[in-house]
Amino acid sequence: MAALAEEQTEVVIKPDPEGPPALPATQPGDCPGEGSGGSHNSSHNGGGGGGVAASSAGGDGGTPKPAVAPPAAAAAAATAAPGGAAGAPAAAAEGIASQDRQTLLAVLQFLRRSNLRESEEILRREARLLEEAAGAGAPGEMDGPGAEATSALLSRVAAAAGPTGPGPGSGSGPGPGACPASAGPAASGAGTGNSGAAPTAAAPAKVGVVAVEDQPDVSAVLSAYNQQGDPAMYEEYYSGLKHFIECSLDCHRAELSQLFYPLFVHMYLELVYNQHENEAKSFFEKFHGDQECYYQDDLRVLSSLTKKEHMKGNETMLDFRTSKFVLRISRDSYQLLKRHLQEKQNNQIWNIVQEHLYIDIFDGMPRSKQQIDAMVGSMAGEAKREANKAKVFFGLLKEPEIEVPLDDEDEEGENEEGKPKKKKPKKDSMGSKSKKQDPNAPPQNRIPLPELKDSDKLDKIMNMKETTKRVRLGPDCLPSICFYTFLNAYQGLTAVDVTDDSSLIAGGFADSTVRVWSVTPKKLRSVKTATDLSLIDKESDDVLERIMDEKTASELKILYGHSGPVYGASFSPDRNYLLSSSEDGTVRLWSLQTFTCLVGYKGHNYPVWDTQFSPYGYYFVSGGHDRVARLWATDHYQPLRIFAGHLADVNCTRFHPNSNYVATGSADRTVRLWDVLNGNCVRIFTGHKGPIHSLAFSPNGRFLATGATDGRVLLWDIGHGLMVGELKGHTDTVCSLKFSRDGEILASGSMDNTVRLWDAIKAFEDLETDDFTTATGHINLPENSQDLLLGTYMTKSTPVVHLHFTRRNLVLAAGAYSPQ
Amino acid sequence: MAEEKKLKLSNTVLPSESMKVVAESMGIAQMPEETCQLLTDEVSYRIKEIAQDALKFMHMGKRQKLTTSDIDYALKLKNVEPLYGFHAQEFIPFRFASGGGRELYFYEEKEVDLSDIINTPLPRVPLDVCLKAHWLSIEGFQPAIPENPPPAPKEQQKAEATEPLKSAKPGQEEDGPLKGKGQGAVSADGKGKEKKAPPLLEGVPLRLKPRSIHELSVEQQLYYKEITEACVGSCEAKRAEALQSIATDPGLYQMLPRFSTFISEGVRVNVVQNNLALLIYLMRMVKALMDNPTLYLEKYVHELIPAVMTCIVSRQLCLRPDVDNHWALRDFAARLVAQICKHFSTTTNNIQSRITKTFTKSWVDEKTPWTTRYGSIAGLAELGHDVIKTLILPRLQQEGERIRSVLDGPVLSNIDRIGADHVQSLLLKHCAPVLAKLRPPPDNQDAFRTDFGSLGPLLCSHVVKARAQAALQAQQVNRTTLTITQPRPTLTLSQAPQSGPRTTGLLKVPGSIALPVQTLVSARAAAPPQPSPPPTKFIVMSSSSGASSSQQGELWILNGEKAM
Repeated sequence: MAALAEEQTEVVIKPDPEGPPALPATQPGDCPGEGSGGSHNSSHNGGGGGGVAASSAGGDGGTPKPAVAPPAAAAAAATAAPGGAAGAPAAAAEGIASQDRQTLLAVLQFLRRSNLRESEEILRREARLLEEAAGAGAPGEMDGPGAEATSALLSRVAAAAGPTGPGPGSGSGPGPGACPASAGPAASGAGTGNSGAAPTAAAPAKVGVVAVEDQPDVSAVLSAYNQQGDPAMYEEYYSGLKHFIECSLDCHRAELSQLFYPLFVHMYLELVYNQHENEAKSFFEKFHGDQECYYQDDLRVLSSLTKKEHMKGNETMLDFRTSKFVLRISRDSYQLLKRHLQEKQNNQIWNIVQEHLYIDIFDGMPRSKQQIDAMVGSMAGEAKREANKAKVFFGLLKEPEIEVPLDDEDEEGENEEGKPKKKKPKKDSMGSKSKKQDPNAPPQNRIPLPELKDSDKLDKIMNMKETTKRVRLGPDCLPSICFYTFLNAYQGLTAVDVTDDSSLIAGGFADSTVRVWSVTPKKLRSVKTATDLSLIDKESDDVLERIMDEKTASELKILYGHSGPVYGASFSPDRNYLLSSSEDGTVRLWSLQTFTCLVGYKGHNYPVWDTQFSPYGYYFVSGGHDRVARLWATDHYQPLRIFAGHLADVNCTRFHPNSNYVATGSADRTVRLWDVLNGNCVRIFTGHKGPIHSLAFSPNGRFLATGATDGRVLLWDIGHGLMVGELKGHTDTVCSLKFSRDGEILASGSMDNTVRLWDAIKAFEDLETDDFTTATGHINLPENSQDLLLGTYMTKSTPVVHLHFTRRNLVLAAGAYSPQ
Repeated sequence: MAEEKKLKLSNTVLPSESMKVVAESMGIAQMPEETCQLLTDEVSYRIKEIAQDALKFMHMGKRQKLTTSDIDYALKLKNVEPLYGFHAQEFIPFRFASGGGRELYFYEEKEVDLSDIINTPLPRVPLDVCLKAHWLSIEGFQPAIPENPPPAPKEQQKAEATEPLKSAKPGQEEDGPLKGKGQGAVSADGKGKEKKAPPLLEGVPLRLKPRSIHELSVEQQLYYKEITEACVGSCEAKRAEALQSIATDPGLYQMLPRFSTFISEGVRVNVVQNNLALLIYLMRMVKALMDNPTLYLEKYVHELIPAVMTCIVSRQLCLRPDVDNHWALRDFAARLVAQICKHFSTTTNNIQSRITKTFTKSWVDEKTPWTTRYGSIAGLAELGHDVIKTLILPRLQQEGERIRSVLDGPVLSNIDRIGADHVQSLLLKHCAPVLAKLRPPPDNQDAFRTDFGSLGPLLCSHVVKARAQAALQAQQVNRTTLTITQPRPTLTLSQAPQSGPRTTGLLKVPGSIALPVQTLVSARAAAPPQPSPPPTKFIVMSSSSGASSSQQGELWILNGEKAM
């Protein structure tokens, strides 16, 4: 498209007149997937870059019991892809190096010119330190984790700078100096790295802290906040712009109004940074009322921030300074703004626009207010259009063919007559469905998946059988809902999961326990002890039955091991394992054969909000307060991938049905889709006005539903990267979402004590995804929430924490009764 | 956009005095103002930061309430050691104190005697978490079971009752709107709720809601049959169960009209047949219905009030007025009426003033039989102290004369004597506490006699007793709580001190509309008088002595319910 090409040139205007320092985050040539992901997070967590395998061994104090094979031997399959991916960044870092050296020199010169001795000193020290790769401890570091860790961190930061776009401050500054030292480890990490992008469990909690604490010193100096405008003039500037925008033509007003919030924030921060406390206060008082209500949470943080010292270490604030706020504005509106600012000689605002905003300019009609409102709301503005351009293979993987003999065996086992006749045609239908390859599906071996075991096949057969008895749902045939109430939970229920075959329910509780209930008459039994097992006749037919200890049979098993509330729980598809994630920073893998903990996966170091098994087992994903989501394999105690880019906590994580992608919902009010293969962010969905708390993929993999604290459920077309629907109705956080087995119904459960059913078919029915919409990303949402709502079911003061469709399309809902 | 959603955020900071107080408590005597100011800024900022983090834990914990543990975890995030010892409190018991121009919030730390703790028996172990399954919805319909919230919340029932003109959008299926209120509420009602826009705005002509009969499902019909049979049947255990069900079940809304008709018809028939036991059962049903918090009874009050009033003032309620204790029924029904007044009386329907008028009219009437007289007085007395003060006390002298003439005069009719006797004790019972409050302490027999005529001396002794009891009560009250400075002496003496404030407005409102009950009462009064039974030697105070055993059981239950 011509527009695209032109836009590139338009973007070029933006590198600010003063010199490069303030714009580390976005380089035009950047990998599109990362986009605004170039936050401090991506840098200190290593982003998709090469991990330092060496450091992990040293730093990892509490290595979990390797109940599984050692990583080197494990899953050679998993390594193939990452190896390649990690090689690239190293080279990229090399390429950028010379450019960055010049940048550094320029910065130093600039600092000297503006008499900022101290900062220059710091920067020099920083740079030298990097050159020597000495472990003297970074300045400003708090209870440093030791030389090794420090150098590991720094080199990692440098390495990460390559692929992700240099992180702020430390990324761009030390880049060149670090290069010789860091390229080595990074490369070697990539070379040896069997865990690919895995940065290390070794970078302990402190690493995050160090990086965060570090940056202000450097980046604060580099940032343009030290420009001394007349503080008294700020209000005038702002109201001048406000007046201009309010007086502009209607078609431009809506677009330009987007500027208010980022300008307000940055002007306020500038005032605070330059220690004009009173001016800052009055500025805030005067204009905070003009901001959109969905920025309220961020504004609250800002309002408490009145001193320069507070800016250090305030994460929300750092996000504003390190990532550019993205605005989408039509060319006409942009020209209008530019002309106005130039006419008025309004340099203060112009500088902010230049340095802290990323204006994504498009040709054509300005967007309407509704169109804008639908998409804004995230912490860092809208997603850039390129961010959603990557191809996503959203189709389903081909189902493995299951041989007939297996069916027969199963038949005998089940002792059911008349089944074979029924089964065969059905199996054929299943086969034919899976035979024609979905054009949107990823290659079958895009990511290595575990082999199907016999038991899995049996389960698949069971699944098919149940499928024949499945209720066809629709607006006229609503599913029944069975509600599982947790009584006497004393407000302590924090997570629930149900197995795919609906036989087990797990609850995570605030008292650190995980409880597993059997909801079928079959009780939970654990395997006998080793001595007893040795007595069993291994040749007998019912050996699987014999190994179970009848004495341990009970309806409920309690799993002890966590040391904080359990915020996430997930059963493995084969029902042999259970994952739980907790406030204590670990994800634990439990065996449902022995009801003991097998592995504690350490890496997050901060509360882990959610975890989920891949639909094919083996892999799982976790996300937490450290703002990253991690991909793990059960037999690796280090993560395989780190998905970094969110600007706030990752609240929920879900696997795509084809296991090639992971969706994460965050408190920064964005949803991201990550490619498991290379760790890239392939979709950024903005539009929610509150932290996202629930995600659900449609069974066909085409759509994603997300629910947030604002009580709205948004529907997304993954292939086109567009919002396709908005379901309004809930009055509180939507904590659970689930599509029916055939995708006809979307069920949503909320803190407002209701379960609602929505007509998913109708919602996705006539989507006009014409080329224009796809290209521009302008969406027009129909106001049809009420037509789509099929039912609302109140519970008795029981928030709906989890929803599940059984194989026959019965809804299971769960929550804890919390008397008012 | 901003115009509709103005934010209000203000930057609140701790007062710098707090810093001083804290510093003093730690032994730092003189802190410069500047330091205080710096400290407050810093501390306020940190506190807000922690609160914001704690909020995150609350959300992830799927709670609506912030707990102390959330704050602990937030502190942990910041690498700060959490505060210990603030766990497991439902609310944080900060106390407020002011004095010397200073206002303080403090955490009350009681001194605890260890031996007390050791010696107290261990509290019961809290119940363990358990899982319970129920049907939230069956194929789109929410079953009306106790596990689910009442199908039609009271507000909705009210909205339907008070705004019946609200019509649905055209095109939406209109059939069975009542059903929609019940079970379908949930299925259709996401839509229903949105339809609330006034129809006028949409340009749709006003339509009356089609009058349709409540369709009861088979289960509901069965339930109705079972319940009504149990309520008037002979098995007391079953009856208790049925009444319990009526009083607590959330899903009775649809059956309400039937119950209401059942009661009013039942009273009509059984009053004629003088079936005391059945009348009692029916009144207990009324009580159970009123106790059910999920029912919106307003629509049926017009049917219930006449029935209850009949049970209060009817001339005859039982076959043997001399022996059966129909007085208890009258008392019970009087309390019910008082309860109805309290709940449903508004300035528009004037229920209370109309009821009061009815009672007064029949009491004032010279020809009113003693039974009706008793009922009227009981009904009035239950309405509260103000009613007693304004309506009963002025007539005490007159009534006393009438009673004296019956009791002391020639024995004409035993029934009259019993009636007069009951009226007398009723008056004494209700008036004494009111008088105890109204009259200054020296209780003089003569003064009472001049004020209240023949009833004076008896009243006097009752008032003295009431005073003694009130004093006792006050002592107990004083001992237990310090806050209540004004003891409530009426607490134990009168069972139903309802609607105190409301009665004040009662006389100002002219109630011109006659209640249907009036006709019922007058009809009764016009009925041929019962032949008086032959006079007997014994005049028994407790006339229930001769009542049948089954009825005694009833009365005992009635009395038991008085306490409720």
